[in-house]
Amino acid sequence: MSDTRRSLRDLEQTNDFVRRHIGPSESEIQVMLGEIGIESLDALADKVVPRGIRNSGPLALDDSTTEAAALAELRGMADQNVINKSWIGLGYYGCHVPTVILRNVLENPGWYTAYTPYQPEISQGRLEAILNFQTMFCDLTGLELANASMLDEGTAAAEAMTLCQRQSRNKSNVFFVSQDCFPQTIDVVRTRAEPIGIRVVVGDHRSDLVGLDCFGALLQYPAAGGEVHDYRSLVDAVHEKDGMVVVAADILSLTLLASPGELGADVAVGSTQRFGVPMMFGGPHAAFFATRDAYKRSVPGRLVGVSVDSRGDTAYRLALQTREQHIRREKATSNICTAQALLAIMASMYAVYHGPDGLKTIAQRVHRLTATLVEGLRRGGIVVLNETFFDTVVVNSGDTTAEIHERANGRRMNLCRIDSARVGISLDETATRSDVEDLWSIFGVQQDFVEIEAAAEDAIPAALRRTSAFLTHAVFNSHHSETEMLRYLRALMDKDLALDRAMIPLGSCTMKLNATSELIPVTWPEFADIHPFAPREQTLGYRQMMEQLEAMLCACTGYDAVSLQPNAGSQGEYAGLLAINAYHESRGDAERNVCLIPSSAHGTNPASANMVGMKVVVVNCDADGNVDVADLRTKAAKHADTLAAIMITYPSTHGVFESAIEEICAIVHDHGGQVYLDGANLNAQVGLAAPGKYGSDVSHLNLHKTFCIPHGGGGPGVGPIGVRKHLAPFMPGHRLLDEEDSPRKGGPVCSAPFGSAGILPITWAYIRLMGRQGILDATRVAILNANYLARKLGAHYPVLYTGPNGMVAHECIIDLRDIKDATGITVDDVAKRLIDYGFHAPTMSFPVAGTLMIEPTESESKQELDRFVEAMVHIREEIRAVECGDVDPSNNPLKHAPHTAADLADGEWNHPYSRAQAVFPVDKLRACKYWVPVGRVDNVYGDRNLVCSCPAIDDYRDVA
Amino acid sequence: MSTIRFTRDHEWVRVENGATGTVGITDFAQKQLGELVYVELPEVGADVEQGTEAGVIESVKAAGDLKSPVTGSVTEVNESLPDNPGKVNEDPLGEGWFFKLTLAVNSGLDSLMDQKAYEEYVKDLE
Repeated sequence: MSDTRRSLRDLEQTNDFVRRHIGPSESEIQVMLGEIGIESLDALADKVVPRGIRNSGPLALDDSTTEAAALAELRGMADQNVINKSWIGLGYYGCHVPTVILRNVLENPGWYTAYTPYQPEISQGRLEAILNFQTMFCDLTGLELANASMLDEGTAAAEAMTLCQRQSRNKSNVFFVSQDCFPQTIDVVRTRAEPIGIRVVVGDHRSDLVGLDCFGALLQYPAAGGEVHDYRSLVDAVHEKDGMVVVAADILSLTLLASPGELGADVAVGSTQRFGVPMMFGGPHAAFFATRDAYKRSVPGRLVGVSVDSRGDTAYRLALQTREQHIRREKATSNICTAQALLAIMASMYAVYHGPDGLKTIAQRVHRLTATLVEGLRRGGIVVLNETFFDTVVVNSGDTTAEIHERANGRRMNLCRIDSARVGISLDETATRSDVEDLWSIFGVQQDFVEIEAAAEDAIPAALRRTSAFLTHAVFNSHHSETEMLRYLRALMDKDLALDRAMIPLGSCTMKLNATSELIPVTWPEFADIHPFAPREQTLGYRQMMEQLEAMLCACTGYDAVSLQPNAGSQGEYAGLLAINAYHESRGDAERNVCLIPSSAHGTNPASANMVGMKVVVVNCDADGNVDVADLRTKAAKHADTLAAIMITYPSTHGVFESAIEEICAIVHDHGGQVYLDGANLNAQVGLAAPGKYGSDVSHLNLHKTFCIPHGGGGPGVGPIGVRKHLAPFMPGHRLLDEEDSPRKGGPVCSAPFGSAGILPITWAYIRLMGRQGILDATRVAILNANYLARKLGAHYPVLYTGPNGMVAHECIIDLRDIKDATGITVDDVAKRLIDYGFHAPTMSFPVAGTLMIEPTESESKQELDRFVEAMVHIREEIRAVECGDVDPSNNPLKHAPHTAADLADGEWNHPYSRAQAVFPVDKLRACKYWVPVGRVDNVYGDRNLVCSCPAIDDYRDVA
Repeated sequence: MSTIRFTRDHEWVRVENGATGTVGITDFAQKQLGELVYVELPEVGADVEQGTEAGVIESVKAAGDLKSPVTGSVTEVNESLPDNPGKVNEDPLGEGWFFKLTLAVNSGLDSLMDQKAYEEYVKDLE
């Protein structure tokens, strides 16, 4: 053997994951560097990132490690979490995730690596699943329109409040919240109300609401303590004063209860967690938001609608997008970008799987067991305070309260800690006979189960029993065998193009690898089956993991502290701006309310500023998309007394490291403002530069971009904020964290103390696996990949906005405006034609109309980049054929893209190009082809004829 | 006797006898927006001020305010538009009108561009 003996260190392959995560191999990296004429990754970073902001040393992270070792470390922490049966309730319930859904949706990259369905033709599967979700909530709530999901129940309630404010004819500034709402919901609503001048009145709805002049009222159904109130007369009273009513409802109970719509509610919201989504220590979960048709243009978030494709066949799409922040900016209804698509899909599939009868059976079982529990307790002399209930009751435990909790813990059960004299018990679908017996014995009661069960009576008031049918649609009544369910899931998934098929080169979205090892721990019961309000001593593993994660994120960004609570990037912006507001206020600077925002900013920035009561002042950008420093100086000086903040994206939304960033930060600081640096483009700088060190005060970090949390087909997102020391006290707090050593002063921005805690192990695993050097290499290769594409595509399309050295950052923009002027071929046409080549389109018309923004990320191999270049070059030739007059400007492969199998099957083929050119424009596609399920979707038809739910069964009958 | 005047935001107003006006958006505006899917009209009787929001216009990719080109009082709205916003695309200066109004004394009409000036203005934008 001539090989020199390799070190054991080398053979242990502790770097192995780095080369799994990063697409190009060492030798490919050299070839690509050669293509762009740069000798090394170091030299590339020097050319792209301004010297002044570069990190001076390596990141304070550990070395990389193996997947096995990282999983073992996580396992060690998971084992410190204690799984008690949770009877805590308050919006989070144990449930059985149908295993067919667990494995084929939650654990399946075909679903979780997809992007938000902005390109409807390649998203029909999840659009259908979300349409099912919307349909389900129209039915369960008795309202006409439901959206594609909200971040959680608390934020949904807050959004409902602002909808009422926009729509109510009552113009008072008072919003009433029943004290029987979940406490965390009340807190989130309060946080949201304060900066926009809404006065929240919390009170007893039975005595305080009638006669109150308010624009809206929020009621919980059933109430937090389990009571099932008949709200009809209260709804009438509020309506009489021109106010609106929001009902926060429990979805399982709605299968047995009269719907909020039948009670007269204008809006219904609630969590969908208990429909087959684990508690995950607080999230992510989807919330629902349903309202009357009249308010459809005021609904926050996303809405799936039905339209037709180019063949006239039914096709789905996101509807009414003009309501959203990316178009309306500060006039948007909300800053919400994300839904909780993956979790909404799980909840909808739970209903597809069980069907209306199955759901009702589950609800009746939970109710019967609760009634049996109550009957047994009462016969044993225990005082249960409820007159009515569905699954939740409050027990008068008096002096024995502490003892009761201790005994419950002894039986591995958690009860709800209401106060020192009362405990709450919420049963769920996991509850069994023996659980009821155990609960009796915790209260010192021994009963004969069979006898008590036989005597237990329903406790839902007769007037509130549901009489209306629900989920009568075919989809909820067809897939009840596992075989059918499996095939339905597969059929939908096959319609979509996710990262498991091809690169998704969306600029500003960072669609990088979501590694399997990073995802595996998410469904470990020790992480999945923990209630967010479980006692601290049962969640030590979670806390350790999160503490380490906070330190890792501080190391990556240069900030001093991190809040993991915000559960979307938009919510991070909101939390960060609230912290800035509170900071100014703490210094007696409450009048500071001007937020400078460059004209190139993403629309979420002004929408967020608006949500915290700031006044947006737009700063001009120059022709290259850089901030016009002179204009910034003028405006900062003009508003020196009222300047609160600047919101700036870095590298810019145009994908350039502006050299003036330090100067920009300094100007804002000199005029008393704070710098909010939007972390959307963090993937270009981790390890190279740290926002917390070069002048920013606060950023949100899109963990679903830079830090590997999958996009889930349109959520979950996670948007922690990093802050410098002076802002740390003002980060979001939570009532459950008030006992911590140094509680944070900010109000909670979402329901759970740690937001979407359940998916944080993904980011922990990513950073742990990559280590100090791997994280840096990821950034450098992300920049290399973008520059390689810019160089290769630059020979065929103009590349816009390069930095001083002719380089781009981690994404590049190609300009199609001249092509459009010359040929009529639009960005849309190119995007849809890319589908025929098996690609998801890059970001269209952002930040500049008529352009495509391409972000390959470090995870794409040279081979995949070359495949994309090949497609784009071919498309350029197809455009040239139009330019030369060789093909008709309206009848060519671009204008008719994408091409479906049905197109090919048409008897007549009225195109000047062949069927083969339509679907196999490059030969490789013959071996591996993504067949798009629908032709180009008609956006205009969909918005002019808005339909947001499945056709009712009656519609089928009408046709038949 | 009717005269037509234009704003820099691409609204037009056609004034009869100096007293009543009809308001819409220009051909240039409808082309920029693309096919309209939604319009919101002012209420009859509402007072509208020059340059401020009098309605909403939406296509599938853009949303904007319809600003009133002159100050006045709304007397009639084009009730067929909400159900058929495509009319604005088909005939922006005719069937696609938005509302009619009685001009206030200081309507601001004189500050607007005439046909020739507007055509020059648009040429510069293109």
